[in-house]
Amino acid sequence: MRMSTSTLNLGTGMFVVLGFAALFFLTTQTTSRGMSLTSAPHYDLTAKFDNIADLKVGAPVSMSGVEIGRVAKIEFDSKAYKAVVLMRVNKKYSQIPSDSDASIYTQGLLGGKFIGITAGGADTYLKDGDQIDFTQSAFVLENLIGQLMANFVKSKADTPAASGPEAAAPAAPAANPPAAKPK
Amino acid sequence: MKLFKELGANAAEAVEGLGAEVRFLLRLIVYTPRALLRFDLIIQQVYNSGALSLVIIMLSGLFVGMVLGLQGYQLLERFGSEASLGTAAAIGLVKELGPVVTALLFAGRAGTALAAELGLMRATDQLSAMEMMAVDPIGRVVVPRFLGGVFTMPLLAAIFSLIGIYGAQLIGVQLMGVDAGSFWSQMQAGVSLSDVTEGIVKSCIFGVACSLIAVYEGYYATATAEGVGRATTRTVVTSAVVILFLDYLLTAMFL
Repeated sequence: MRMSTSTLNLGTGMFVVLGFAALFFLTTQTTSRGMSLTSAPHYDLTAKFDNIADLKVGAPVSMSGVEIGRVAKIEFDSKAYKAVVLMRVNKKYSQIPSDSDASIYTQGLLGGKFIGITAGGADTYLKDGDQIDFTQSAFVLENLIGQLMANFVKSKADTPAASGPEAAAPAAPAANPPAAKPK
Repeated sequence: MKLFKELGANAAEAVEGLGAEVRFLLRLIVYTPRALLRFDLIIQQVYNSGALSLVIIMLSGLFVGMVLGLQGYQLLERFGSEASLGTAAAIGLVKELGPVVTALLFAGRAGTALAAELGLMRATDQLSAMEMMAVDPIGRVVVPRFLGGVFTMPLLAAIFSLIGIYGAQLIGVQLMGVDAGSFWSQMQAGVSLSDVTEGIVKSCIFGVACSLIAVYEGYYATATAEGVGRATTRTVVTSAVVILFLDYLLTAMFL
């Protein structure tokens, strides 16, 4: 069963091209790594958080639920004992007011963490290398449960007749809410 | 007593067979540089075991992906997280199902063909005839087949995974109504490059194992019609067991 060389070459060539195309697709399109190789023009913002929980490099940065960038680097500031998060934001979204605030949210109940930016009211915009001053830490479930348990035990010990753990009120108060400054 | 004797003899035989296969592998590796000079022979084998396996690989990949889409959707829907269907399907395919199912199919489609071909060459004294003409049958016949299989396997596994992901997308997005955007973005967020590398490394190792078993069984087949039949059977059985065993080892290693 000798077949002509051109059929053989064509078949093999098509197989190899298809195989490498599939490999390329798997390494670039199914992972987030490859996307950053061909990144759009961007600028960098930093923000300091007390606690970032399990925020990871590559996590989305969003505004009103729309992804505008990604977390590029996470470092620990050993002087201020805070986590420094470097965010890479698409140049398209360059008009973020300078008094905006950044918070760490959770996707769904058990999903990964992401950073949400809420616009402030200032007339000036954040530039490359600027820092977002108003931040709110991640909402850590263990702390909340611990607080709840502590309150529960305390209220039971103090006033056995009192109602249950109604005083949990764990929602961390928004640090420095971005009040629109009168000018 | 006799039973124990037989058991011991069987075990010794198995160890001996393993040693013979490893020595055969080393011999193939020694011959590889010379075989690379006859590149056309390798291309012929890439065509035989790769291009001709494409249809079965693509069809199987499509159906495996579609099943993953259905099952994954049913399961994830219970937790209200059907948007992570893309991640589940992609990780399952890229890390496990792609390499393993491709290797099993490869053993059935290409491995048996290799074993039968070499076994028939042995049975019809073609290999001896080559030796008579001072052509080394290992360098001329066995090594190109082995290298062709080794080169082919990762590519086939990648194609399988790719088609599988589109199969899962077809069911999940088109039929079940998962949002296409979250299907792909969750996949990109959830799959890391190391997952893909793990799959590629696995399929490379499976490629070596499958091709080695096929050419070994064929080359050392008993020179009868029955021997050829036994060689093909043993190729499939040994390959399947070895693939699944190696898969466990590799998975444990990558964790």
